[in-house]
Amino acid sequence: MWAMLLTLPFLMGAIGGYTELATRIVVMGLAAMSLNFLLGFTGVLSFGHAAYFGLGAYGTALTIKYLAPNTLLALGIGILTAAIAAALIGALIVKRRGVYFAMVTIAFGQVFYFIAFRWNAVTGGDDGVTGWHRMPIDIGAANLDIYGDDKAFYYFVLSIFAVCIGIMALLLNSPFGRTLLAIRENERRARFLGIPIDHHIWLSFLISCTFVGAAGSLYALLNNFIDPRALRFDLSGNLVIMAVLGGMRSFWGPLIGAAIFVALQDYVSSHTENWMSVIGLVFVLVVRFFPRGILGVLRGRASA
Amino acid sequence: MTQLILFNVFNGLIVGAFYALMALGLSLILNLSGVINFAHGGFLALGAYFAYSLAPYLGFWGALVVAPFLTAVLGLAIERVLIRPLYGGDPLYSLLLTFGLAYILEDATRFIWGAQSLPFQVPGWLSSPLSSRFFFLTGYRVFMIVIVVVAVGVLFSVLTYTRLGMRIRAGTRDLDTVSTLGVNVRVLRSLNFGIGIYIAGLAGVLAAGLLGLTPTIGSSLIMPSFVAIIVGGLGSLLGTLLGGLLIGVASGLTAVFFPSASEAVIYVMMGIVLLVRPRGLLGEEGRLH
Repeated sequence: MWAMLLTLPFLMGAIGGYTELATRIVVMGLAAMSLNFLLGFTGVLSFGHAAYFGLGAYGTALTIKYLAPNTLLALGIGILTAAIAAALIGALIVKRRGVYFAMVTIAFGQVFYFIAFRWNAVTGGDDGVTGWHRMPIDIGAANLDIYGDDKAFYYFVLSIFAVCIGIMALLLNSPFGRTLLAIRENERRARFLGIPIDHHIWLSFLISCTFVGAAGSLYALLNNFIDPRALRFDLSGNLVIMAVLGGMRSFWGPLIGAAIFVALQDYVSSHTENWMSVIGLVFVLVVRFFPRGILGVLRGRASA
Repeated sequence: MTQLILFNVFNGLIVGAFYALMALGLSLILNLSGVINFAHGGFLALGAYFAYSLAPYLGFWGALVVAPFLTAVLGLAIERVLIRPLYGGDPLYSLLLTFGLAYILEDATRFIWGAQSLPFQVPGWLSSPLSSRFFFLTGYRVFMIVIVVVAVGVLFSVLTYTRLGMRIRAGTRDLDTVSTLGVNVRVLRSLNFGIGIYIAGLAGVLAAGLLGLTPTIGSSLIMPSFVAIIVGGLGSLLGTLLGGLLIGVASGLTAVFFPSASEAVIYVMMGIVLLVRPRGLLGEEGRLH
């Protein structure tokens, strides 16, 4: 998997893609994998992750534009913004379960959409935050020109991705991660064992949203631009379908789902105006015929 | 100032009536089948466009009667083929399916009728103001409120007094027992779904007369409808109705004093309700989990 990711920009060139598409796949892959921390490994249905993705993105964009032209600082502030919002909203909704949790998360996501949409003076409203771009990183001896060099930026994104994924993998393999699995498998039994369920779900929500915020922040850096659409509930749905398409019971599944979804969206939207129908059809087909996802099916085959 | 406030409260009431109609249908389906119908706004738009296409042949009144019915028939077909196999499963899948369906319905509407907004003619005597002082009281708006009141009245009496309604209410509480007692649960769920879609279609026709037609007419109503359900309380249709009207009026009032927050205010209300009274205004205890 890592070998594939390391060579992706070159592979992309070979199959007629471009570096930016590879970067987008990694960014959306990080978002989908972070969502899956909650969805697949804690068993909590969140449908509002776009909010934290967008908050990370806006935090980053506004930092570079108004505060300081420093990419790493902006990244940190973006992630922090998402984490704070997630901690507060998580505390409000942590007692809800199932469909109800989904409904509350979607609805809360819209608050930030409307703030970004309406607060023209700061966020630029519908037009988004323009007139800024990511800055080359200057660490002592090395100067990383992630603005001018597409591939350098790709590897910058990939290294952030690796750090985030690494932390999540560590957490999932820790006793904390095992406890989350126990909650997913049988919440009542876990409760009887004395596990503070709500607290664990709150933590899982916070972790998941923080890393989604990181993805959002990278997304803003990738586009050198951000608009309210990065906060809208469409994106939340897309992230969930990426996780399901790839296989939400597996760690890497969502990345594969994201790769397929992003590539498909890129291809379809440049070939037909009715891309919404195609994307909608993907949702319907995945649910009806592929609910366990690609890795889920492969793994089922292997063990059978 | 008084007039401005009255105007906005009245406007809010109208918008709230749309939220309530949407949310009632959503609530019916959610309560009985545990499915959040994300495509509800798509069905609302279809109702509106059906009415637009039917009006030249059937007139406004004919369209008002037939369009919601057609929408419900289409809804039943979709329920039969796509949604029925998902009942009882992980709510994740029904949510994703209807999410995709919402994309498809919106795109299909745009494909068939075009992306530009279309006018929808209401009878002339309905569109004139009733009073020169209260200019916002057009006949159509009053008429709309009457229709909404009648529709909600009919819905609640069907649920209270007919056998079908009793079965739906019983099924909401305990579907297994209802099934054991010999009621065909599949048919019950389908009829219930059909009723929900019918209301959405009706709301669509009414909205078309007020706002004109755009393919996104329904998708902008879906989020506030969720809020209406949460504020009103899960499991209570009366609460949903109240929640819809309440957030409509709140949004209208906010538009007077702080226009840019008129959308966000309903989510703030939802936050307060979740904090102070998690089960919602009229929600039942124990339906939270």
